[in-house]
Amino acid sequence: MSEIEIESRNLDLWYGSAQALKEITMAMPEKKVTAIIGPSGCGKSSFIRCINRMNDLVKDCHITGELLFEGTNIYGNNVDAVELRKKIGMVFQKPNPFPMSIYDNVAYGPRVHGLRNREELDRIVEESLKASALWNEVGDIPDRSAIDLSGGQQQRLCIARTLAVKPKVILFDEPCSALDPISTAKIEDLINTLKHDYTIVIVTHNMQQAARVSDYTAFFLLGELVEFGKTKQIFELPEKKSTEDYITGRFG
Amino acid sequence: MTSLIPPATSDRAAKVMLWVSASIAMLTLLFILGYIVVQGLPVLTLSFLLESPRLSGAEGGILPAIVGTFCLLLVTLLSAVPIGIGAAIYLAEYAPEGVVTRIISFGVECLAGIPSIVIGLFGYAFLVIYLGFGFSILSGGLALMFMILPWVVRVSEESLKAVPGGLREGSLALGATKWQTVSRVVLPSAIPGITTGVILGIGKAIGETAVIMFTAGSSLLMPTSLFDPVRALPYHLYILASEGISDKMAYGSSVVLLVMVLVMNLAAVAIQRHYGRHHVRN
Ligand SMILES: Nc1ncnc2c1ncn2[C@@H]1O[C@H](COP(=O)(O)OP(=O)(O)O)[C@@H](O)[C@H]1O
Ligand SMILES: [Mg+2]
Repeated sequence: MSEIEIESRNLDLWYGSAQALKEITMAMPEKKVTAIIGPSGCGKSSFIRCINRMNDLVKDCHITGELLFEGTNIYGNNVDAVELRKKIGMVFQKPNPFPMSIYDNVAYGPRVHGLRNREELDRIVEESLKASALWNEVGDIPDRSAIDLSGGQQQRLCIARTLAVKPKVILFDEPCSALDPISTAKIEDLINTLKHDYTIVIVTHNMQQAARVSDYTAFFLLGELVEFGKTKQIFELPEKKSTEDYITGRFG
Repeated sequence: MTSLIPPATSDRAAKVMLWVSASIAMLTLLFILGYIVVQGLPVLTLSFLLESPRLSGAEGGILPAIVGTFCLLLVTLLSAVPIGIGAAIYLAEYAPEGVVTRIISFGVECLAGIPSIVIGLFGYAFLVIYLGFGFSILSGGLALMFMILPWVVRVSEESLKAVPGGLREGSLALGATKWQTVSRVVLPSAIPGITTGVILGIGKAIGETAVIMFTAGSSLLMPTSLFDPVRALPYHLYILASEGISDKMAYGSSVVLLVMVLVMNLAAVAIQRHYGRHHVRN
């Protein structure tokens, strides 16, 4: 088993007085895909948004326990969430390209982090578009508005935009739920390629997708981690009754 | 109770009535515009636009009033836009939801309700006398700024709030700071809405007489500095008409005023086009 990149220890999360995550303890290995599955409202998004401290933006959200990234508790006192997010990127459920050109979308991160050199930017944009399997489709129209792309292309652009910052971890929160089957297949292929270079955590309510793309799977239910293990084992030989019920489609 | 009129008939009746209303509205507008243009056209010559008035405006042109109006609007624009957008950004993006935000918003709303004559008096007491700016472009422009600021703040705030939260999250998730997110993603997305608000405000300001007669003065000389008094176009035409100097000249001035408003609206459309090109098209 490879090194642990992210580890959550006894993580609790409350929205006001409502507890959304209870005692989540699990470890996500480096350069592997960890899928988080479970029925709607079980806390998948809440959990994944802890990893890049996106929940900081939510009023009345508070978190206890530890979340270690490369051994450091990201909820520790001297961790800067802005710096952290350069290393832990995120792709959202609904494609959210900025209302700018394709080029400017991808160059956004590097520019924000101070890069001005045009040649360097050109290189990063090309690299990122190639790595997100979008270069063939948009390489010759970088000045087009990102808004004119199809949903699937927009989502791959959002992946390119994330890659341009050169993160170590990419979080995907149901990246295909707004996409058609062909676009979905493209994103899944992409994830299978990206895992050679990045640690990936993907939330999905689609169990076939989890089975297809992930190495490890965590099953959440009502804010608790029911079961965590190798994907193959979770799908073929679950230990818990509720995991089996969910996977075989008996609820959720 | 069942209606005696068959639905098809009442449908047709409604259509006719709506058509009549729309026609009356359009005709009124066309009649006003047509009347002013027909009355004003005879005096509209190049010399009317490019000369200074003689005999209190009974003869000659209106160049100083045109220049004065532009200068006033420039001061208004240059002060209202940064202050208004700054306040809106604070209210929409930074201020914690709560009592303070609500008090500020309420204050802004009250400011919007103050009659312009009162703002004129305030501008006279505060800008002209207390700050010693005298009757001047500066005093008039700033007084107009007080008048349109609430509009600019409100419309800008609403435009900012209408920017989808997903864009903010997308930017923050790339390691951008809050200010980078606001200035590079949120604000540009809100520009079309903000522009509309600013143009609406300036449109109010351009026709305003009550505010400027107490603050900008009524000099017919060409201004040479911010501290010179000027007579804005609407005030000029008010004086031309009310003092019986020349109705002809008053209508001519009206046409010029209308054209200025038109040009501004076209500029607004151009800006919206430019910034709106990345927005969802259906
Ligand atoms: N911003 C929020 N404020 C309050 N409650 C929230 C918020 N986000 C999520 N919740 C609640 O937390 C629970 C878990 O939600 P979420 O993490 O979005 O679930 P999932 O992604 O698995 O569908 C749900 O009951 C949801 O209503
Ligand atoms: Mg979710």
